[in-house]
Amino acid sequence: MFEQIVFYCFAGMLIFAGSMVITVRNPVHAALFLVLAFFSSAGLWLLLEAEFLAIALVLVYVGAVMVLFLFVVMMLDINLAALREGFARYFPVAALVAIVMMVAVGTVVGRANFGLDKVAAPTPRPSDYGNTTELGRALYGEYIWPFEIAAVVLLVAIIAAIALTLRTTRQTKAPKPERQVLVRREDRVRLVKVDAERQS
Amino acid sequence: MLALADFLIIGAILFCLSVAGIFINRKNVIVLLMCIELMLLSVNMNFIAFSHFNGDVAGQVFVFFILTVAAAEAAIGLAILVVLFRNRNSINVEDLDLMKG
Amino acid sequence: MGTLCLIIVLAPLVGALLAGLFGRQIGRAGAHWVTSGAVGLSFLLSALVFWRIVVGDAPTYNENLYTWLSTGGIDFHVGFLVDELSATMMVVVTFVSWMVHIYTIGYMHEDPGYQRFFSYISLFTFSMLMLVMSNNFLQLFFGWEAVGLVSYLLIGFWFTRDTAIYANLKAFLVNRVGDFGFLLGIACVLMYFGSLDYQSVFAAAPAHADTTISIIDGHEWSLLTVICLLLFVGAMGKSAQWPLHVWLPDSMEGPTPISALIHAATMVTAGIFMVARMSPLFEMSTTALSVVLIIGAITAFFMGLLGLVQNDIKRVVAYSTLSQLGYMTVALGASAYAAAIFHLFTHAFFKALLFLAAGSVIIGMHHEQDMRKMGGLKRYMPVTYWTSLIGSLALIGFPGFAGFFSKDAIIEAVHLSHIPGSGIAYAAVLSGVFVTALYSFRLVFLVFHGEERMDHHTKEHLHESPKVVTVPLIALAVPSVLAGALFVGAMLFGDYFGGSIVVSAEHDVLGELGHHYHGVFGMITHGLLQPPFWLAMGGVFAAWYCYMKRPDIPRRAAESMSLVYRILLDKYGFDRFNDWFFAGGARSAGRALWRGGDVALIDGLIVNGSARAIGWWAGIIRHVQSGYLYHYAFAMILGLLLLLGLFVHGVIA
Repeated sequence: MFEQIVFYCFAGMLIFAGSMVITVRNPVHAALFLVLAFFSSAGLWLLLEAEFLAIALVLVYVGAVMVLFLFVVMMLDINLAALREGFARYFPVAALVAIVMMVAVGTVVGRANFGLDKVAAPTPRPSDYGNTTELGRALYGEYIWPFEIAAVVLLVAIIAAIALTLRTTRQTKAPKPERQVLVRREDRVRLVKVDAERQS
Repeated sequence: MLALADFLIIGAILFCLSVAGIFINRKNVIVLLMCIELMLLSVNMNFIAFSHFNGDVAGQVFVFFILTVAAAEAAIGLAILVVLFRNRNSINVEDLDLMKG
Repeated sequence: MGTLCLIIVLAPLVGALLAGLFGRQIGRAGAHWVTSGAVGLSFLLSALVFWRIVVGDAPTYNENLYTWLSTGGIDFHVGFLVDELSATMMVVVTFVSWMVHIYTIGYMHEDPGYQRFFSYISLFTFSMLMLVMSNNFLQLFFGWEAVGLVSYLLIGFWFTRDTAIYANLKAFLVNRVGDFGFLLGIACVLMYFGSLDYQSVFAAAPAHADTTISIIDGHEWSLLTVICLLLFVGAMGKSAQWPLHVWLPDSMEGPTPISALIHAATMVTAGIFMVARMSPLFEMSTTALSVVLIIGAITAFFMGLLGLVQNDIKRVVAYSTLSQLGYMTVALGASAYAAAIFHLFTHAFFKALLFLAAGSVIIGMHHEQDMRKMGGLKRYMPVTYWTSLIGSLALIGFPGFAGFFSKDAIIEAVHLSHIPGSGIAYAAVLSGVFVTALYSFRLVFLVFHGEERMDHHTKEHLHESPKVVTVPLIALAVPSVLAGALFVGAMLFGDYFGGSIVVSAEHDVLGELGHHYHGVFGMITHGLLQPPFWLAMGGVFAAWYCYMKRPDIPRRAAESMSLVYRILLDKYGFDRFNDWFFAGGARSAGRALWRGGDVALIDGLIVNGSARAIGWWAGIIRHVQSGYLYHYAFAMILGLLLLLGLFVHGVIA
């Protein structure tokens, strides 16, 4: 019973936050509601005994990614009025698409297919069970190579972000494809007539 | 008792909300990125729910990787956004029509 | 024995490589020393092998020395089969080649491509030795193609002349036709016998006597006939048999030593040799033998006629070669393989002699080849005169000379043969004797006798050729006289060839002929009373009468029979027909395919057409690509909805 109360609290909060993210006028507010949505999901994940990921979500997303979002939103000087243009016009379409999709997905994932009679609830883990230990075992054991690749992905992201935003005007020797395709045959090839053998 | 379906429905609702958000906020790239984050969150929700109900930690490993990729994606997306704003002085999607031949 | 064979084969190759690749380093003298030395060594060792195999009692050598490739259960070997037949060929090839090497030193003295030339002729010797010594079809084919290649290189030796380029291209293409048949024949052998080794194929041949194959549905052909005919097509190309003879006269564009080496003595005999080597197969198919006989007869008679109207001294000899090759082929068709090889053997000597003599004349005349501008050279070039007279007598089969024994044997063999077509063949070879005598002595009289028709300048410089030219002439004149008398008994009627040539009992004309053979002098005295001798004498007399006594007769004959004369000058129109039909046809077909197939179909329809179709379609579809991210996102979501709907309604699982 307690679980259900917690679930519905967090679920309601999550749906509310999600709705606000897509409807509020100010991107800063949207970002803050996104933070709320992440918090609520983290709560739901705790219910699902995924403690490590719940904490990670809060730390990584709320702590880092959302701060990044806020930072960017504030750094850029955005004309809010222009961005809100057509909001009312597209709202009915969006609502229609969302409802149709919701009905379609709902019929698939509803209680008819995934109810308790179909998928039994697992017995709760003992209190000395460590989700982090289990996950660590999987990550550093079976999934060691994907894990390493994920590290590389992050490294690439760091380098890419730096490379994209780095503001320099260097004289590079890099080829310019737009100039290369404009080259005509006459610019590069010169036909010279040469005798097959020297006249003796 | 909570069933797997409850969590899946929550994920579906979240997903549909973000799809609607993409429709509504078609002008604002930042909110679009946020909607994509929400979508990923809904997917993660499904993964963790299945992981829990099937008693298999692999689902959580996937979530872990999705979080990684999502973080990378957010970083690069925002970097692109910054560069874009620098060059065009706007993040209005209407101005971004270079993706055609 | 294996080492010996390897040295024989590889010495000319080494010589060729040294002269060809390092010609600049070793210089002109170095080039001729190294190649002549190598071929000389080959000759001496070949003579040793000949001595052991033919004269001594050494067993036939048949070994695989190297497995080149092993695939699909079939081994491709490099190996040697040295029996009486190949030993004879080895001696002939290396001896003539050696003589030509020496002669070339004088003939090519001033040519800038001196080293290249020596390299080629040594390479040729190597190829020819590979051909005759091989013990399997593949190596035979290697040698076959290699001599074709060298022939191509040598005919076009003076590659700045258009005519030479044309001639070597022609030779190559015509040989290609023959080689294609040959290759098909080899493939057929491989397909049905599962082996390329001579011994196993010959051993298995009787088992396939009744095998038939049907290439076109409903027509059954005897396997061995098909194989033999295909192989003979190869022989027709290489040995210049009608109708694939057209390349040989043109090949006279090459330097004279080449004409002697390749187009008289060795390469063109490859086909004859091959058929003789394949005698166990040919003996199984009377049809194939008949075809061989008829083709040979046609070549022998009609090509001889062409020699009558030629004015170029080398071309006369070339047509005479064609005619004599026809005689050899006739002998093969009559199952007188030994006679064919014997004629090949004697012919190699006197034809090389005639060519080298012609070359000597050409040197003396400052590269003038038109016989109408010669005459009376007997006074200036006595050695050349006497040697070429010997050669001509041998060629017409004057009793006692080498050609007499071989040619007489062939004529008699055809006379005794009973296979279909032998009657026509007999008539052709018999009348061929008259024609041979006529054109041979026409050449002798026009060049060496009569009034001196050359211009003043040439006449002043006329003198006998240097020693390097005359010594090979004399060296070749000796066997031209003696080779026949020395070998006739053994080669034709004795057990000379042992097991290397197989003749079935019902075709054994030489065996029958052997009953009437009573020694060399018996044959000579008998020959004096036979029609061939009188025909030959008639030919000589006619030549004397027409070209010495009454020089106006040929001209008047040409005028009164202008149609015949024109046909002969036109070489029966083969060149024109080939140019028109094959070359022209190929060009038209090529143009049609180019215009229709390439330009219209491939370029127009497939390449540009598909591009245009895609462009047209893209012009329509491009409107979907607006460049706006949300359009794309919308499309994705629609797609997702669609898939979801299909999934929910169970359309897709």
